[in-house]
Amino acid sequence: MSILQSLVHVLLACTMPPLLLGVIGKTKAAFAGRVGAPLLQPYYDIAKLMRKGSVVSRTTTWVFRAGPVVGVATGLLAVALVPLGGEQALFSFPGDLVLFAYLFGLGRFFTVLAALDTGSAFEGMGGAREATFSCFAEPALFLGLLVLVKRSASTSLSTMLGAHWHGEAASLVLVVVSLFIVLLAETCRIPFDDPNTHLELTMIHEVMVLDHSGPALGIIHYSASLKLFVLGALVVRIAAPRTGNVWGDWGVLVGGMLGLALLVGAVESMMARLRLRQVPSLLVAACLLSAFGIVLIAR
Amino acid sequence: MSLPLVLMAIALLSLSGFPGLFASRTSAVGERVAVGMVVVGAIGGLTGTFLAVFAQKPPHLELPWQIPGGAIVLEVDGISALFLMPTFLISALGSVYGLEYWAQAKHAENGRKLRVFYGLLAAGLCSLLIARNTILFLAGWEIMALAAFFALTTEDHDPAVRESGFVYLVATRLSTLCLFALFALLHAVQGTFAFTAPALDATTPQATAMFLLALVGFGLKAGLMPLHVWLPGAHANAPSHVSALMSGVLIKMGVYGLVRVCSFFVHPPVWWGVVLVVLGAVSGVFGVVFAIAQHDIKRLLAYHSVENIGIIVMGLGFAVLGRAVGEPSLLVLGLAGALLHVWNHGLFKALLFLGAGSVVHATGTREMDRLGGLAKVMPKTTLGFVIGAAAICGLPPLNGFVSELFIYLGMFQSVLHRDSAVSMAGAFGAPALALIGALALTCFVKVVGVVFLGEPRTQAAREAHEAGAAMSVPMGVLGLLCATIGLAPVLVVPFLERATEAFAPEFSHAGQGLPALAPLAPLALVSVAGVVLLALIGAGSALLGARMKRSPQGTSNTWDCGYAAPSPTMQYTASSFADMVVRLFGWALRSRVHAPRIKELFAPVAHFKSHTPEVVLDLLVVPAARTLRRIFHWFRWLQRGQVHLYLLYVVATLVLLMFWR
Repeated sequence: MSILQSLVHVLLACTMPPLLLGVIGKTKAAFAGRVGAPLLQPYYDIAKLMRKGSVVSRTTTWVFRAGPVVGVATGLLAVALVPLGGEQALFSFPGDLVLFAYLFGLGRFFTVLAALDTGSAFEGMGGAREATFSCFAEPALFLGLLVLVKRSASTSLSTMLGAHWHGEAASLVLVVVSLFIVLLAETCRIPFDDPNTHLELTMIHEVMVLDHSGPALGIIHYSASLKLFVLGALVVRIAAPRTGNVWGDWGVLVGGMLGLALLVGAVESMMARLRLRQVPSLLVAACLLSAFGIVLIAR
Repeated sequence: MSLPLVLMAIALLSLSGFPGLFASRTSAVGERVAVGMVVVGAIGGLTGTFLAVFAQKPPHLELPWQIPGGAIVLEVDGISALFLMPTFLISALGSVYGLEYWAQAKHAENGRKLRVFYGLLAAGLCSLLIARNTILFLAGWEIMALAAFFALTTEDHDPAVRESGFVYLVATRLSTLCLFALFALLHAVQGTFAFTAPALDATTPQATAMFLLALVGFGLKAGLMPLHVWLPGAHANAPSHVSALMSGVLIKMGVYGLVRVCSFFVHPPVWWGVVLVVLGAVSGVFGVVFAIAQHDIKRLLAYHSVENIGIIVMGLGFAVLGRAVGEPSLLVLGLAGALLHVWNHGLFKALLFLGAGSVVHATGTREMDRLGGLAKVMPKTTLGFVIGAAAICGLPPLNGFVSELFIYLGMFQSVLHRDSAVSMAGAFGAPALALIGALALTCFVKVVGVVFLGEPRTQAAREAHEAGAAMSVPMGVLGLLCATIGLAPVLVVPFLERATEAFAPEFSHAGQGLPALAPLAPLALVSVAGVVLLALIGAGSALLGARMKRSPQGTSNTWDCGYAAPSPTMQYTASSFADMVVRLFGWALRSRVHAPRIKELFAPVAHFKSHTPEVVLDLLVVPAARTLRRIFHWFRWLQRGQVHLYLLYVVATLVLLMFWR
């Protein structure tokens, strides 16, 4: 991959994620018949938070401050493992998909610990939900990636997502749907979690970060959008066609990501949240979809 | 040179507790002598093992022995060396830890007994690992099993300790019984009591029987899922450094036996591998699910041993599959992953048990819901425990990630294989391992969050104190080793390659040799990723710290929706954190919950209690044992308690047997 493409990769990964949140917000406003916040509102929010002072609970320790930092560091390393527009990611090796999945685990480990560090029952609830639901999202992610492993006979995300798809459209569709469900769950969107809810009792992700403020909260908002970007890139790379032209592929990726944000916004506008008890069933369904995908190409 | 060093180490370990018996009950001389002997022995043993790994040929020694069929045949090959290293290391660190944790001055009544059996346990472990004769192996095995019984029942005045000791004793007798049958079969097949790899035929019914006997006999010791009944009680009730040695090393002897027996068969059938993978997955998933439901921190860690043994056995299963279908790269990845996980689990589980021991030592309780907020008073222990917790969840950049990566790579290889059984084993194993990882993360977030973070829930937790040097230095060493293997996995490659060569010598004999580990697994790039990750975290913390310094800072209470006087009892507890998972797996856990039913408007004080039984033990083994006891009641009259009658039975049986043929 050329140096220019690597630069574009870094630039896009660092700057584009909050835009996705803006697009989702605009879409939801359009569905509701409102004008909505400006497209760039998430950038303004993060910039504002980075300038603000912060208030820290007396109960907390170093773990509380480590949460946001580890969250963003793991997100940044994960985005280097996924090929965006080019044939290759910034960093790839056989088995990097395991690192990709476990990086999210590391981020989650410290985010939930930071929540428990405050000693608040609400944040404990959020942490318990986040950890429990990811127990079902993780196997779904692995099953989805296994289909790609089997299909491309490779264990590196760069080659897995670079392979051209012939024939196996059925398992491809199943994997895309399954990974889309995983994306919604991991990024805490409706139907799993409502990022705009105002009741602490019903939140998942938002309640875990109740006690963060100022720059730390800004970093958390950014890492949330980064997670959406990384998992979105995975879905878009599988679903979107390849043009064969180098810069055409980058265009397809950017367009695909914006389309994905529109889709997430549309899902959020048209669906209600699931009851918390039903969340695992939907994730198990995502596992089963990918398992069918494997059976279809295993013959 | 290497074998004499190992033998000297075993001698020092076995004798370490005895000088203390001649000192007075409260004198500290005995414990210092014991620690000195164990540490010197362990350093010598580690040096010897290290030399053996890099020697041209595995060191071998044969001496005559008077016992019929027995012979003193000793050898330190790749597999033995790999298991010897953590044995020496953890024995020494545990012994240093015991200096403060079980100080003779505070435990005059049982400190000396504990040290005698601790040394014998360590020596038994090492001697069974180098024995190449089944009778010698059984001798080492029995020394280990019995010494462990006495070490774990150190506090034998406590009925709970006695009860778990007896469960352990029954389990280990049953395990030895299976080994007797296994070795008798081995003798019938190959004509000697040698315990070496003679390339046996795997298609005979005897081979199947041997595999199944090894699975039960060694599986009992390893704590593989339906056979794990003795493990939670024994690990929870032993002194913490004994728990560390038992969980970190002793249960691995079951793995050692399985690996050794599997290495005898050059062309194992595919179903052996599938059985191992399925049993490993069951053990892994249910081990961690039971762990989540526990309230006792040491019982929880014990169930995690069941989980990690499951991961190891899954790796071994893929190695057997690789050997069955003649796919050397699958064999190497599966076995290297399993064996590296043996090391890793030894390191981080010993770290976690020592950390839990420090908590128990400082607060006097193992109940997680009575702790909290220890991070402020025990910063060093907290850091060690967080490192251990992240490592056991397989998170990068620590050692657990590397071994799980090997096993995942093996699974991907097997998914790509054309044989559909092998392919399906991989497709079943990878999501199972992902589920295990995510559940382990849930469990350890709970432990760290409830025990070390938040506010202290009781007076005992408020008055806790940091562990002294003798307890924190061993934890520091273990934590550093976890990080070293995670950041520089290249260092462990020679040990793993030696062990895989010893496991499947037929590939070396055929001339082509086994594929090297480095091209199969991206070790250098794992190091790069780990370093980049640490650099990103470091840079992020520095930037955030600088940013926060320049803006106004305030401190306040934790936000509780406007409630101004939050109290420690309002915090989320371990039981509440685990509740969702426990409900989802309620069909297996069978937790009993005693919840009050609120009927009137102003409810009086009420109590909530939940308890998760050891399902296999309480609902299966104990009722079965009761039925057996009823049946055998009819044979009671045979048992008169008079020696001459028993001698008569023996003579009568012998005479009958003489006429039978």
